[in-house]
Amino acid sequence: MKNAANAMKTKNPAPAPCNIVVAGLGGQGVLTATDIIADVALRAGFDVKKSEIKGMSQRGGSVTCDVRFGAQIHSPMVPAGEADFLLALEPAQLEPNRHLLRPGGVTIDPSVIDADKLPQKKMLNVALLGALSAHLSMAEQEWLDSIGSAFAPKFLEENRQAFLLGRASQNKSVHQR
Amino acid sequence: MHNMDDGNRLLLSGDEAIALAGWHAGVALGTGYPGTPSTEILENFSRLGGRAQWSPNEKVALEVAIGAAFGGALSMAVMKHVGLNVASDPLFTVAYTGVAGALVIVSADDPGMHSSQNEQDNRRYAVAAGVPMLEPSDSQEAYDFMRAAIEISERWKIPVLLRATTRVCHSSTVVRPRAGRDTPKAANFVRDLKGRVMVPGHARPAHRRLRQKLSEMAEWNEDCALNRVVPGGKSLGIIASGISFMHAREAAPEASVLKLGFTHPLPMRKIAAFAAGVGRCVVIEEGDPYLVEAIRAAGIPVSGKPEMYRFGELDVARVRRILRADTSPEAAAPPGKPPQLCDACSYRIVFDALRRHNCIVAGDIGCYTLGVLQPFEAIDSCVCMGASLGVGLGLRHVLPPDQACRVVSVIGDSTFVHSGISGLVEMAYNPPPNGHVVIILDNGTTAMTGHQEHPGTGRNLKHEPTGKVVLEDLARSCGIRRVQVIEPRIGSDAFEHALVEALKSRELAVIIARRPCILIAKELKEYEKRRQCDENEEPCACPV
Repeated sequence: MKNAANAMKTKNPAPAPCNIVVAGLGGQGVLTATDIIADVALRAGFDVKKSEIKGMSQRGGSVTCDVRFGAQIHSPMVPAGEADFLLALEPAQLEPNRHLLRPGGVTIDPSVIDADKLPQKKMLNVALLGALSAHLSMAEQEWLDSIGSAFAPKFLEENRQAFLLGRASQNKSVHQR
Repeated sequence: MHNMDDGNRLLLSGDEAIALAGWHAGVALGTGYPGTPSTEILENFSRLGGRAQWSPNEKVALEVAIGAAFGGALSMAVMKHVGLNVASDPLFTVAYTGVAGALVIVSADDPGMHSSQNEQDNRRYAVAAGVPMLEPSDSQEAYDFMRAAIEISERWKIPVLLRATTRVCHSSTVVRPRAGRDTPKAANFVRDLKGRVMVPGHARPAHRRLRQKLSEMAEWNEDCALNRVVPGGKSLGIIASGISFMHAREAAPEASVLKLGFTHPLPMRKIAAFAAGVGRCVVIEEGDPYLVEAIRAAGIPVSGKPEMYRFGELDVARVRRILRADTSPEAAAPPGKPPQLCDACSYRIVFDALRRHNCIVAGDIGCYTLGVLQPFEAIDSCVCMGASLGVGLGLRHVLPPDQACRVVSVIGDSTFVHSGISGLVEMAYNPPPNGHVVIILDNGTTAMTGHQEHPGTGRNLKHEPTGKVVLEDLARSCGIRRVQVIEPRIGSDAFEHALVEALKSRELAVIIARRPCILIAKELKEYEKRRQCDENEEPCACPV
């Protein structure tokens, strides 16, 4: 899956990086979700940078993580107004972080997931990764491989279902502005 | 270490990269005290197979690392920026003595204070103590510069400061490490009285030797590959170090950039030549105006940032503003949800009681500093690790009796072992007229930094059983007669009762509010099982 990076390089010598901000509260899986995005991008051959502030993350405070990938990434932080995607694991974290989005940037939040169909409530972060994945060039299997190595094997099938649930959601509705 | 391996491409945080470099270079001993954003360095070094130890505080950690380096081994002492204040006493003199093996001191600074009480810029320590300093700007450099720091330390027999910041420590970027692991150096003691025993007669020539080394290193730094020029347009030149380099590259892709990696002693001829070759030369640096002051003092015409950018972290947007000298007010960041004490945290009971009895609370550093927030607002001061004891005593000494009798010092278990013990000795030695009350909040872990062990838990960095400092025994041995251990529980007034009685007694009192942190209940059970296997000398099948 080096093709994505190569295609990017041939199209444009210095294309803009893909900028993703993941927002939520401590304990919701913000860091894990961001790790998976970064891992998938790394496997696809991109330059990747991920930045997190986790000092207070276990005490229920708000947490945001930045992940950027492309041919060459400089700053590890997504500049305000330049995020292509804002992934909010907690609906209330959407508005405080909306200023990070570029015009036309995509928001993905729990409202796109039918919570009743989630195999487990705590797999919301994986389902939202599924929704995000529908907008990105990396193959479905790359995501599933990375998710598989991020969690215990016994959750593999349920995580796969959660991921595909999210991935399918984006065919119907894309929250764009 | 994340399982993010694509051939030789690893996605590592700066902390993980420093740990890996230390392991590959054959560092024999890593020491430190937990502190965001440095904590993961020793944890990962241990996971890789390195010998890593939490010390009671950073001063002891550095002293142990110095001993190892005196013995000819490679060692590292790892701490957050304020930890180097605690370790500064040995730092200034080990610069004189030098080392036989190698010693790297890792300082993880926290511009913007994501998890700290100040945003001091520890580059000043390199100048003040006279030690060489390297500043990585991503994880690849964190790896490479750690290796270089060890090599420089070995070559000049001098401790080296590796100064990183939150966005280097806690950002993950691609690393291609060197292949394989060096054979660790054999330790061996060689007597060197004049070199290692800093009595004035030895220290005077040692200081001259240090300055001689620094002047040789400045010369060597002129051609050092740790500094490099990114060629670009000639109208704008940028001089940057650390994470600021990354922001600057993105903010001004058209500019020529002199990227400084070895930032003390500075390569002034290289800087002068770069500045002379560009139209406008701007220094982009986070925190104090360290580089710009030094460069301008050398007579090189460069400009720096407006004072407003001294505060907080830099980012791409702020660097763009600096480059256009924009000093208009910046938009305030939208408020996030603040952290709080966990719902079931036993400290809630303590702060509730302190509030209701209108106590004047000298607080300390840890989770429990969150007691300052609503609904408690039950902490009146927080200065530095261990300060609750001294500050509380000072208040007791001078306040009128009606106020003095309400003063309480509140300190966590790890913080107490770190630097509260000296305060307890002070209390026994200089007791205030109406006594004093110290509350040790003992949750059996260093919770705020991610649940590291400390000498009071009886487990080492790897959570294995080791010697245990029993806090109540320690307090009694200092001569404190009123020592109580209480488990704060919802629905029980035992803690409140003990507090009221202690305040009334006008004696010196220590109340240990002991209940394990609820976030590690599961882990504690596993550690305990392992300890029992250990005691019974049974083969242990417990999960590690």
